[in-house]
Amino acid sequence: MHPRTREKIILTLAGWLAAGLIFFPIFWMILTSFKTEVEAIATPPKLFFSPTLENYVTVRERADYIHFAINSIVISVGATLLATLIAVPAAYAMAFFPGRRTKDLLLWMLSTKMMPAVGVLIPIYLLFRDAGAIDTRWGLIVVYTLMNLPIVVWMLYTFFKEVPKDILEAGRMDGAKPKQEVWMLLLPLSLPGIASTALLSIILCWNEAFWSLNLTTSEAAPLTTFIASFSAPEGLFWAKLSAASTIAIAPILVFGWMSQRQLVRGLTFGAVK
Amino acid sequence: MASTTTVTVPSATAPAGRRIQRNVRTLPLIAPSVVVLFLWMIVPLAMTLWFSFQYYNLLDPSVGGFAGFENYTFLLTDPSLWTAMANTLFLVFWVLVITVGLGTLLAVLFDQDFYGRSIARLLAIAPFFVMPTVSALIWKNMLMHPVNGLFAFFARSLGLPAIDFFGSFPLTSVIIIVAWQWLPFALLILLTAIQSLDSEQKEAARMDGAGPFSMFFFIILPHLGRAISVVIMIETIFLLSVFAEIYVTTSGGPGLASTNLAFLIYLRALREYDVGGASAAGVIAVILANIVAIFLVRSIAKNITD
Repeated sequence: MHPRTREKIILTLAGWLAAGLIFFPIFWMILTSFKTEVEAIATPPKLFFSPTLENYVTVRERADYIHFAINSIVISVGATLLATLIAVPAAYAMAFFPGRRTKDLLLWMLSTKMMPAVGVLIPIYLLFRDAGAIDTRWGLIVVYTLMNLPIVVWMLYTFFKEVPKDILEAGRMDGAKPKQEVWMLLLPLSLPGIASTALLSIILCWNEAFWSLNLTTSEAAPLTTFIASFSAPEGLFWAKLSAASTIAIAPILVFGWMSQRQLVRGLTFGAVK
Repeated sequence: MASTTTVTVPSATAPAGRRIQRNVRTLPLIAPSVVVLFLWMIVPLAMTLWFSFQYYNLLDPSVGGFAGFENYTFLLTDPSLWTAMANTLFLVFWVLVITVGLGTLLAVLFDQDFYGRSIARLLAIAPFFVMPTVSALIWKNMLMHPVNGLFAFFARSLGLPAIDFFGSFPLTSVIIIVAWQWLPFALLILLTAIQSLDSEQKEAARMDGAGPFSMFFFIILPHLGRAISVVIMIETIFLLSVFAEIYVTTSGGPGLASTNLAFLIYLRALREYDVGGASAAGVIAVILANIVAIFLVRSIAKNITD
């Protein structure tokens, strides 16, 4: 065999072995979700069995699952829209009309992201309690908006900077007003960037588990809190837990795979290119 | 080195007078972001600081008033703070070692050309997108369970006693779970950094007879230095406040064996309702995170030069 080919085959085996080991817990969860409860805890573990959709049906029939899923969707999408709405003007101003303080301002925004949530848990909890915001969707939307705002501003800023200024200038020459310039030129031109920013924000909201566990109980609880409730009675119902978990992570896994490139930009604040 | 013959600055081609400059008042555009972030950061932080100097218990309204440094002296002489602090640092340290070490090796592996690489890479980064409560419960129940878990089955098939992960090694078990979640992050960032390495430089080193090992230690690793430091800083900031994984697996136990600073604050505040004491611990957590954040902000600042 050609040494180059042999090398490639060895690399292929190593690469797939590593990927397989890392992915295994997720694979095992998906597999378990198609077992019956008895098969799920069987020893030796069953690799081959007749798959059943029973768990998915049970999970779907429990009306509260839908309730938690809707909470997750409303909260992540709501917080993402709100953050984008606040961030677009700021990112636009900083990208196209930078002043002396722009850089400091940007760094200050990012530094707010570095404050540990536990440091402000108590005041936020007390303020929320007094405002009647505990266990409400809008309460969590506010928290998530503020939590992700620095990242959203930062990412939009870097995407806006990539928009060729000449095009915007040409628009101005043709008499575009500022509003038209933003709506009809800037936003369409940077749509892919805005989309991946929104995607990252949705991923972060969907998986957030500190504020959701502490600020919600049932009414506004998203899926993170719902899944945590499976930990209570010594982990019964593994198959149903697996089915509920599989549905809970599936959309975000797809979003994450779609946006893996832009993710690096957003998560490292541009420190790694 | 760089060709300097054809430098045409765009603004030089168009006379300044003909450029249409827009005078936009940027303040109203930026103000909303700044104001809400300022409120989000300063108000709660000031309240935490204020509470930390107060006697304040949610269950006992009769207790109140200025406490001076009493919350702090009580906290600093309380062994549970030092246990939590040690656990926090132990967790951060080992997760960093595992994720950066394995992450670097995997990044080099996934930089090579092999069959189905892009799909293998998708599988390898998947754990990062799994919500923490789900990943903690998969590991706790289906893998690490001492009776029905997969690891117990493997141990028994080899004739070994099954390990009671969360009973005997609670903190180590949490570390394994958290490392599994963050390994894809390190891999993704380091892979991006490796791919930005100049292929001509690699080729030149190979022509000079550099083997795979000298290639790794003298070309790739030095190039990765910056990316590794960024991964360490960002992970540290998040790892200092690991919460959900502990919440659903060990609840900080047995005893305080797997309680980190974040979980201790939660216990004090929302289980014991001791606002003053919990706030003092919160101030310590903020200081700890800020030490790391200073370095991170500096290295970000270097990159926003344009």
